[in-house]
Amino acid sequence: MALYSEKLMDHFRNPRNMGSIEDANGIGEVGNAKCGDIMKIYLKIENDVVKDVKFETFGCGSAIASSSMATEMIKGKPLSEVKKLTNKAVAEALDGMPPHKMHCSVLAEEAVLSALKDYGERTGKTV
Amino acid sequence: MIYADNAATTKMSDAAVNTMISLMNSDWGNPSSLYAHGQKAKEILEKSREDIAAAIGTKPQEIIFTSGGSEADNQAILSAAAIGKAKGKTHIISTAFEHHAVLHTLKKLEREGFEITLLDVHSNGVVLPEEVETSIKGDTCLVTVMYANNEIGTIQPIKEIGEICRKKNVLFHTDAVQAVGHIPINVCEENIDMLSSSAHKFHGPKGVGFLYAKTGVKLSSLIEGGAQERGKRAGTENVPAIAATATALAEAVKNIERNSARLSKIRNKIIDGLSKIPHSALNGDKERRLPGNINFCFEGIEGESLLLLLDDKGICASSGSACTSGALDPSHVLLAIGRPHDVAHGSLRLSIGEDITEKDADYIIRSVTEVAEYLRSFSPLWKDLNSGKKKFIL
Repeated sequence: MALYSEKLMDHFRNPRNMGSIEDANGIGEVGNAKCGDIMKIYLKIENDVVKDVKFETFGCGSAIASSSMATEMIKGKPLSEVKKLTNKAVAEALDGMPPHKMHCSVLAEEAVLSALKDYGERTGKTV
Repeated sequence: MIYADNAATTKMSDAAVNTMISLMNSDWGNPSSLYAHGQKAKEILEKSREDIAAAIGTKPQEIIFTSGGSEADNQAILSAAAIGKAKGKTHIISTAFEHHAVLHTLKKLEREGFEITLLDVHSNGVVLPEEVETSIKGDTCLVTVMYANNEIGTIQPIKEIGEICRKKNVLFHTDAVQAVGHIPINVCEENIDMLSSSAHKFHGPKGVGFLYAKTGVKLSSLIEGGAQERGKRAGTENVPAIAATATALAEAVKNIERNSARLSKIRNKIIDGLSKIPHSALNGDKERRLPGNINFCFEGIEGESLLLLLDDKGICASSGSACTSGALDPSHVLLAIGRPHDVAHGSLRLSIGEDITEKDADYIIRSVTEVAEYLRSFSPLWKDLNSGKKKFIL
């Protein structure tokens, strides 16, 4: 069996929502260069709904695929749902990932939650 | 497919495959058996030993066959440790960027009370003989320094280190897994007491290797159970694989100068091509390196995604990134030459083989350049480096 599922490789080869948002109102960045993974999520939230989302990632194949999948899972979703995003759900949506790569899905969850937190701090809203 | 991972393993040569298959079909007897069918296998085994010994400038009785390079490294080091311990000498000198077959064996000895000194390999990946000399103490029982590094391909001053060890009466072992069959080696002229080698790195089969040990160096056996290999390595000899090793090595040594000149030229072309990628750096000395080794760090990208995208373009390569090994830290070799974690994650090793063409080299340069540019286009680290938020290292 290959290291990664076909679905994960598809998200790695054709990442969804790659890039940045000029007027984002929630930005989250997690990871560091020393560990070899940095994920940055940009959110454009309107009326408590994720109207747009983009990501930038420095990292391995599963890190890029996890970012891509996480953005797809939260795009167009109400914040009440977005804040429930878990790394497990991201990994499952990618048809699983090797145990030593699970931290990539954790980073994706943390990046989204960190962007939500930033949105809360900027707007004073409770998210 | 362009196979540029010959430091990981090589394709068996046609001649080696033919040797192996023909022996599996015809002379498949046990070399320890008395009847003619077994003795024929014994003859082939001993002829292989002669040919291999000749290829590295030594005598057949100084070669024992093993399951590969790792076993040979383990046996050489543990033997030297046992010899040393019997004389109350428990200090071993090695380098920080050895293969794990050496480093992990040394770790084990350290837990048993040995003192281990790991020498600096400096930013160019080359050990200084004078540092070997000044590290040798009264209780030093072994110096073990690899012939050429498996990741960055740097060739060590083996002859000079051997001379120092000979003068100081200390055993000298070299892990020559990456060097045998690729650069000329003569164990006598280079003052080597023990040398490890693995067949699948020079177009021989996997699962077989050999250890050269100079007459007088008492080897300890890792595997008990029979009188094979003069009692130093039990188990029925894998005659077809051993004979194929001899075939592959003879072929490699015969063509060594021609292959090395041609490969070095293509290697330099790729090095020059990849050096044009902004914020990249060659790892290891440019001159003192294996003819087929290219190793770069690219800032702002991670090695595993680079490998996966190169694979999509039909290029097989490897990386010292943590993500490719399942470890948390990037390659100990890159850290040993002073590359910080941040850039060590973005490393690429291309180890080209004799079948490579100039056209392949152009394709490799173009593909790596494209993939690096693409990965940087959405790397937040690259963005921060360019905006000045973080400082470039390379």
